[in-house]
Amino acid sequence: MTYLIQGDRGDWEVVIGLEIHGQVVSKAKLFSGAATAFGADPNCQVSLVDAAMPGMLPVINEHCVEQAVRTGLGLKAEINLFSVFERKNYFYADLPQGYQISQYQHPIVGEGTVVLDMPDGSTREIGIERLHMEQDAGKSLHDQDPRRSFIDLNRTGVCLMEIVTKPDIRSPEEAGLFLRKLRSIMRYLGTCDGNMEEGSMRCDINVSVRSVGETELRTRAEVKNLNSVRFVMQAIEYEASRQVEAHDAGEEVVQETRLFDSARGTTRPMRAKEFAHDYRYFPDPDLLPLQLDQAFVDRIKAALPELPDDKKARFIREFGLSPYDAGVLVASRRVAEYFEAVAEGRDPKTAANWVITNLFGALNAKGLDISESPVSAAALGKLIDLIGKGTLSGRMAKEVFDAMLESGQDPEAIVAERGLEQISDSGAIEGIVDGLIADNPTQVEQYRAGNQKVIGWFVGQIMKATQGKANPQMVNKLLREKLGE
Amino acid sequence: MAALTDLTLAEAAAGLAAGDFTSIELTDASLAAMEAGRALNAFITETPELARARAAESDARRGRGETRGPLDGVPVAIKDLFCTEGVLTTAGSHILDGFTPTYESTVSQNLRNAGAVMIGKTNLDEFAMGSSNATSYYGPVINPWRADDGKDRVPGGSSGGSASSVAARICFGATGTDTGGSIRQPGSFCGIVGMKPTYGRCSRWGIVAFASSLDQAGPMTRTVRDAALMLQGMAGHDPKDSTSTPVDLPDFAAALTGDIRGMKIGIPKEYRLDGMPEEIEALWRQGVEWLEAAGAETREVSLPHTKYALPTYYIIAPAEASSNLARYDGVRYGLRVPGDSLDEMYENTRGAGFGAEVRRRVLIGTYVLSAGYYDAYYIKAQRVRSLIARDFDRAFEEVDALLTPTAPSAAFALGEKMDDPIAMYLNDVFTVPSSLAGLPAISVPAGLSREGLPLGLQIITPAFDEERVFRVGEVLETASSFDTRLRGA
Repeated sequence: MTYLIQGDRGDWEVVIGLEIHGQVVSKAKLFSGAATAFGADPNCQVSLVDAAMPGMLPVINEHCVEQAVRTGLGLKAEINLFSVFERKNYFYADLPQGYQISQYQHPIVGEGTVVLDMPDGSTREIGIERLHMEQDAGKSLHDQDPRRSFIDLNRTGVCLMEIVTKPDIRSPEEAGLFLRKLRSIMRYLGTCDGNMEEGSMRCDINVSVRSVGETELRTRAEVKNLNSVRFVMQAIEYEASRQVEAHDAGEEVVQETRLFDSARGTTRPMRAKEFAHDYRYFPDPDLLPLQLDQAFVDRIKAALPELPDDKKARFIREFGLSPYDAGVLVASRRVAEYFEAVAEGRDPKTAANWVITNLFGALNAKGLDISESPVSAAALGKLIDLIGKGTLSGRMAKEVFDAMLESGQDPEAIVAERGLEQISDSGAIEGIVDGLIADNPTQVEQYRAGNQKVIGWFVGQIMKATQGKANPQMVNKLLREKLGE
Repeated sequence: MAALTDLTLAEAAAGLAAGDFTSIELTDASLAAMEAGRALNAFITETPELARARAAESDARRGRGETRGPLDGVPVAIKDLFCTEGVLTTAGSHILDGFTPTYESTVSQNLRNAGAVMIGKTNLDEFAMGSSNATSYYGPVINPWRADDGKDRVPGGSSGGSASSVAARICFGATGTDTGGSIRQPGSFCGIVGMKPTYGRCSRWGIVAFASSLDQAGPMTRTVRDAALMLQGMAGHDPKDSTSTPVDLPDFAAALTGDIRGMKIGIPKEYRLDGMPEEIEALWRQGVEWLEAAGAETREVSLPHTKYALPTYYIIAPAEASSNLARYDGVRYGLRVPGDSLDEMYENTRGAGFGAEVRRRVLIGTYVLSAGYYDAYYIKAQRVRSLIARDFDRAFEEVDALLTPTAPSAAFALGEKMDDPIAMYLNDVFTVPSSLAGLPAISVPAGLSREGLPLGLQIITPAFDEERVFRVGEVLETASSFDTRLRGA
């Protein structure tokens, strides 16, 4: 499944690195006590520090530091006990300080790894270069007035994590898988909600191409500020083809920053003015270097939840699930928890089937998240139990499940209400069988003469008489016994 | 009885405690002196109503038998670099036009909590950048001391208004801030005590930032004891300032024992500059004799990197300033000069709002941090800064304190050195090294120049040893018996 682009004189491979900005889950901002909730009225979550009033000073929010360390541990990365906040200087109306406090030469997290679960069940490792903490800027609103711009500082100072990968990604699909996996890990950790629509996760991509077999990297282009997985994949696809064409045509691919046009699915260069900054980084003299002790890191490590990779391995090992099913079930922590609750004390494979095939199908159709599922894990478990006990046939169970989706009711209540209970009482079925045999001597003769197919007619008659509620196995068994006499 | 304003802060405190006079009486005396001294241009904003209200509160407290210590009811002035709740705060700059903070700086809040009565906000060099108080948008401050030639002298800077108002006996003490000498040099020029504590001793929260790694608030008073009392009311750890040091606050006045017998005092040989006026040399020698007479041992020490201190300071301070002053962009407060685009508004606002010296330092700072120059200037300056700090560490292995002149000259005439920034920067040659090392230091008035202007001597000690600074400083003060009364006044 190697992703190659055919050029005029041979195949090209794509080399991709990602920079992801994730908003840290925290009630307060990185250096001020102001709140961070999404969707508040403009400029209602702004402290004196955020507004860069004269004489105001930043004080680090310890919770944000913990979240960054937790994320680093989730990426199996090196945690740097010494890190430094620096100032990145530039002027913009939504940057009140005139600089962004960020980490530059000494980030809090170093190299790590993310494992991708490929569709064929194999895995692939993508290297993490670093993770650092920084402040978000405010928001400029240019569409409120023909002449003036408005500024909303609610986001100003919110803690972001910038995660940079190594140039290990080789296709748009891998980029998509990476983003989903990273989001899954951060959601497990509770460090970033990964909601790209609300802007709590954004992605910049670095793309270059090279002839298959080349070992050096060619000049890359950067595409900034992509806010969906689909756009990331589209932008890579477009950018890679554009560069291959340029190389084939003997044109130079310049190192530049480009913007993605989501309407056209293309990229275009930013105007030079939009990125030609000399940021004049230097250590922020208002903040001492951040020094962590190992015990702090160990404490966070000890409290980490089971992460998707470990959970997947356990589902395969303990439940005998296929790697594919296990991968699907661990993608979200809530799904995994739901599944485990259903599987508790039951056959895990049956539970997995119900969750993946029936529940996911239904939720997708309704556009619901697992947390909004009308069918609780406990209810789905009871439904599976009813099949196991023989109360419901597989077909009846699906009918009950549909009713559960609609009403949110318990399966037992639906069975009772609709009189759906399967007839597994051998006496009752026996009576019907006996009557049929007595009333239909012709068919009995045919069967006894060796026409085995006629048994289907008998089953049909019994199901008709019981409105389909007779236990099919039992019907078959009794018919063969009685007709064979 | 002499005028109330002639009292020292300690005497005023004692008088209030004894019921000899009320805070209102004391405050009215200060307010009258402030009015009478307007020609000095020492104040940007006078706050007489606020002062009377706080004085009345103090008297009421005292009437109930409550008191908040020696500063309770004592009129002080606040340098206009400290943000003060509901009171215009300008930093001496046009760009902060009309800026009235909704908050109070930690240091001025601490003084309020101690009962001190603010009578006004004192003039200063714009954003504390200067050594003459001539860069203020609100005009120069005049030194109340008169020289033989009759020409107006500068009060020094940047805390020129504070120094001038204390020397002119308008208030009993004033806050200053010192980045490279901005408390000590005007202290020396105006014949008063100026004390810069250890970096981290006073909170920087709410002080308009100039150079964050150097700025430090300190007291300016007429006696060493007054400085100790005032620092007591200003200092203390503040969780709102990450660079404020969580250390206990000693009783500074208790350190004033007058006993320095056996103490080892270092005389840094590198501070003996070529071309230094003989009267400065003579005063320095006199200082050595005074300390020896009081039982201290003196010896020469070496601070080999001293000559790099000024260039180092003039890289680091402007670098930090260029970034600290980026927030004055006309978007949220202060001056805004409109333009047809955002960039044009920035240019118009900052061009009109900042004076020449501030613009010069912003440009220097931007240059030394820019790509291709950062390593050669900023990084190298940081390394030299470490070497300068190490010089002091080594010297303090041998001696307990250092004695140096405060400034290389007495106050110069208004208008002098204005077109020669380098000559102006040389004013700080003796104060900058200890600023770079973050050490506590005091300037104590010790004598007069040939022209009859005050000259100060400086004591420097290891970090967080302000007690020794005060103790040695008071011994110098006693020995010199400097008369803080203005000649001819």
